[in-house]
Amino acid sequence: MRENNDMKRVYVNEEWCLACHLCEYNCAFANSGLSDMALALKGKPIYPRIHVEGNEKISYAVSCRHCEDPICVKSCIAGALSRDAGVIRVDRERCVGCLTCVLVCPYGALAPNEDGVMQKCELCLENAVGEPACVRGCPNRAIVYEERGEAL
Amino acid sequence: MKRYVIVGNGVAAVGCIEGIRSVDAVGEITVVSGEKRAVYSRPLISYYLEGKTDLSRMNYRGADFYEKNACRVLYGRRAVRIRKDGKEAELDDGSRVSYTGLCLATGSSPFVPSFEGLDSVENKYSFMTLDDALALEKGIGRESRVLIVGAGLIGLKCAEGILERVKSVAVCDLADRVLSSILDAECAGRIEKHLEERGIRFYLNDSAARFEKDRAILKSGTVVPFDALVLAVGVRANTALLKEAGGEVNRGILVDERMRTSEEDIYAAGDCTEGFDVSAEQKRVLAILPNAYMQGYTAGVNMAGGDAAFDKAIPMNSIGFFGLHAMTAGSYEGELYEEKTETSLKRLFTKDGLLKGFILIGGSERAGIYTSLIREKTPLASIDFDLLKKAATTAAFPPEERRKKFGGVV
Repeated sequence: MRENNDMKRVYVNEEWCLACHLCEYNCAFANSGLSDMALALKGKPIYPRIHVEGNEKISYAVSCRHCEDPICVKSCIAGALSRDAGVIRVDRERCVGCLTCVLVCPYGALAPNEDGVMQKCELCLENAVGEPACVRGCPNRAIVYEERGEAL
Repeated sequence: MKRYVIVGNGVAAVGCIEGIRSVDAVGEITVVSGEKRAVYSRPLISYYLEGKTDLSRMNYRGADFYEKNACRVLYGRRAVRIRKDGKEAELDDGSRVSYTGLCLATGSSPFVPSFEGLDSVENKYSFMTLDDALALEKGIGRESRVLIVGAGLIGLKCAEGILERVKSVAVCDLADRVLSSILDAECAGRIEKHLEERGIRFYLNDSAARFEKDRAILKSGTVVPFDALVLAVGVRANTALLKEAGGEVNRGILVDERMRTSEEDIYAAGDCTEGFDVSAEQKRVLAILPNAYMQGYTAGVNMAGGDAAFDKAIPMNSIGFFGLHAMTAGSYEGELYEEKTETSLKRLFTKDGLLKGFILIGGSERAGIYTSLIREKTPLASIDFDLLKKAATTAAFPPEERRKKFGGVV
């Protein structure tokens, strides 16, 4: 009963990532529910669901891998995380902000928002963008949204 | 057709059901549920009292969970005996349920030491189940002075949950510090101070010696009057069913990495078991929710004829009190790396070239990267541990390894 794992995910090419952090801004904007980017982001701390990591040599953006065998879902004490049609989602009504998912995610891909409630990349499927905003806005096309068929 | 019987209806049972259904869509599943409730998240009972969740949101799965997974649930029933020869579980109403595979997900029960005079206390509570929390909710009010015996995870979450509902909360414990099973003295001191600032009073290194109706007399002679008493001294794994059936039991039901007990076709999962802690390399009761689910899932897959192993169990906890979070994992042995600020504390323990455990108070960003190093036993020589010590980051992995991790093909 294993589901077909051929689904699109967000991937990053380290060689092309400029560490410009635009993906973080595009992510925060896409999930703000607002239509004016300045209104949504200017002068405020942002809580993106993708973040740029790296060192002086290399950089890359990290977001949820939507694992086939997700330890975050299995560990959530509130049953707030679930995997449906290949996408791992958080039910923010149920989340109590215990951070157990942060304790277990091997990619460091989850972080709470300003209210302490968890949020994570849900591939922009639910917001107005409809496709990952980080991918759409990446100036060097370092972030792509494609099927690679690998199982995580 | 296979017949699965699961004794217990908590998170380990859910894992078991989902594990079975990942392999076998048609086998019969019977769940024996002592509590007359659909599965809910027990760790949320303190959040319920604090007003951070409610009864409907505490349900661990959706309303159609049992129906969708074609489970028969026997509410309010308990298994009293396993008849190994006939492969039957005998229930408390005398009925029998036959199985091809049995999973014991019986959890644990509060352990109450025999305090002198405890019988004279009328208003006393445990803090394990939702019924416990609902009873406590009824038994306290704005003017209540509450004494909690036990400064472990259960006692302190209870204290946090009720603080705003009552007049005062005091906590006593025989240990010299709070959360003594997961924190050393300095780390515990940070949490204790934070809780004291919120108004919780502690009597540590000094537990209750005896009770007189509405007051406790501590070992030191201090008298603590109370209107409600919560007993959160500890828990014991519920092992009796297997033990009486001649199975191997230590502090918990002994299981292997496939969650098999010593007895044929009998599996066990969750707080009732003693599994292998890969960080300490020894058997331990790991009574934490993630392990319950993962053990249950593993048991379910194997009961249904699949092939699963859960061989990465470690103790781990993420626990917050009034906004201050503590994360702990693994075992605290070997060499210590430490960073301290006014508001945060990080301790990493390394031994034999491996990360063995950590304690993080305050900052816990991307802590799962540390946790995965412990679980996967990643050789520290293969990564940039100097970088990783300072901040949990996948940048510490060699590029090829990292690209593989993230599914890159470049």
